[in-house]
Amino acid sequence: MLYAILCYASEDVVSGWSKEQDDAVMAKLAAVQEKYARAGKLGPVARLLPTTAATTLRKVKGEPVVIDGPFAETKEQFLGFYTVDCADLDEAVQFAREISDVNPSGGSYEIRPVGVLNPVKATI
Amino acid sequence: MNDAEWISAALAAARPKAMGALLRYFRDLDTAEEAFQDACLRALKNWPQNGPPRDPAAWLILVGRNSGIDAVRKRSRQAEMPDEDKISDLEDAETDIADRLDGAHYRDDILRLLFVCCHPDLPATQQIALALRIVSGLSVRQIARAFLVSEAAMEQRITRAKARIAAAGIPFETPGPVERAERLASVAAMLYLVFNEGYSAGSGEAEARGALCDEAIRLARLLLRLFQTEPEIMGLTALMLLQHARTPARFDADGEIVLLEDQDRSLWHPKMIDEGLALVDKALRHWKPGPYQVQAAIAALHARARRAEDTDWGEIDLLYGLLERLQPSPVVTLNRAVAVSKVEGPEAALAMVEPLEERLSGYFHFHGLRGGLLMQLGRNEEARIAFDRAIALANTPAEAAHIRRHIDRLASKATAPQAASRR
Repeated sequence: MLYAILCYASEDVVSGWSKEQDDAVMAKLAAVQEKYARAGKLGPVARLLPTTAATTLRKVKGEPVVIDGPFAETKEQFLGFYTVDCADLDEAVQFAREISDVNPSGGSYEIRPVGVLNPVKATI
Repeated sequence: MNDAEWISAALAAARPKAMGALLRYFRDLDTAEEAFQDACLRALKNWPQNGPPRDPAAWLILVGRNSGIDAVRKRSRQAEMPDEDKISDLEDAETDIADRLDGAHYRDDILRLLFVCCHPDLPATQQIALALRIVSGLSVRQIARAFLVSEAAMEQRITRAKARIAAAGIPFETPGPVERAERLASVAAMLYLVFNEGYSAGSGEAEARGALCDEAIRLARLLLRLFQTEPEIMGLTALMLLQHARTPARFDADGEIVLLEDQDRSLWHPKMIDEGLALVDKALRHWKPGPYQVQAAIAALHARARRAEDTDWGEIDLLYGLLERLQPSPVVTLNRAVAVSKVEGPEAALAMVEPLEERLSGYFHFHGLRGGLLMQLGRNEEARIAFDRAIALANTPAEAAHIRRHIDRLASKATAPQAASRR
């Protein structure tokens, strides 16, 4: 079974780390990742840019609306994700719009730039 | 990261929220600060034993409020409030206070905390020092080091600033939309002052003062999380990120300034650039241009150019033209002239620069650019005079050294034809 591990933490705290602290954490994380990558178990790893860089496309009924900021509701659950290479935010919003158009249920799509991507491929 | 490091990071992150709420509660900066300090001390004792609270800011507000009240009661010899270890429902109280202090509340609390630091009676340096002390929680020693003054002088400066604020009165009523927008604009300007105080440092002081840039960015991100739909706050955050991204390339090994066009762009900080570009993109979708957005868009064009010669100077010229309309200033025109010199040549740029002489005669960059343009046109004697005036006005040794290199180049040009004829 392929698992997605979703990371949640306080952005206030993490963005307040000094570069040295951040580097130290990233180095430790890289060591764990490498162990699993060597065993052919690790898929792509992404570190996202802060939520201040996020935009959300939200469809309750009818035309979806584009809102600044991250997904903030608690009544919906995290169901899946895409990564897509876009020239700019307009193109990314367009992609989310097309996804939402063919999805019969309402929902939200948080559009968040990826800061770092380690495209390791699991061999399973 | 050990316990102590984690806790100090959490306390720093929670500080603006907690201080903002305590200031609203006690309506006095010193009392709020004491209460916050006390709550931090208790956190250092309590958190390693009981584990970190779910919402550190709410914990600090609750404990700080109790300790502040406690201090007032002690002064009037009344009964003490129970210790936070003995408050059995701290967990519930925390949830409760977190619920009551929802986004909107925090928003105005933090905005007020920032806003008291930018009182118009306070000179810029005092605004910056106060914000670093009260909002960021930097120690007086750290701030003194960043400003290159003694600790005692900085202590006095901060005390004086606080006294002025107390005399002027802190606005505690909840702001209406117009007032909120005005406060936000003042706070944005103050954050950019903090940033520039760090950014304008020479290479020698860059380490101590670079922290000011990081802090300004941290506070701008915080502000943007509170005001998510404000394109100017997106622009301000982006502008600071895109400028700060160049820091590793701004000075050479000898500490001399490296001009933007000569910088090793591979040294630029890619993560800051990505975040800055993403924010510019977000802001542009609002179609509500403002000075920070336009400046960020200009910085974005520099960031997008892989090599200096790939820079889209035509677009930069247009953006400076827009900035001239939004925020007319001779300095903006001077910057536009740089773009014009790239697009149309030094003659057109010089024609733009000359009329600014009266207003910018005391400005280092005016004489530096004018000298550079004259040099390009082969008017070397006039260029040398302009460079001499620039050196006299240089703000940092690095700026002076940079101009001196131009003068050296002029001198070598003057001797070069003879050398060539000899060969």
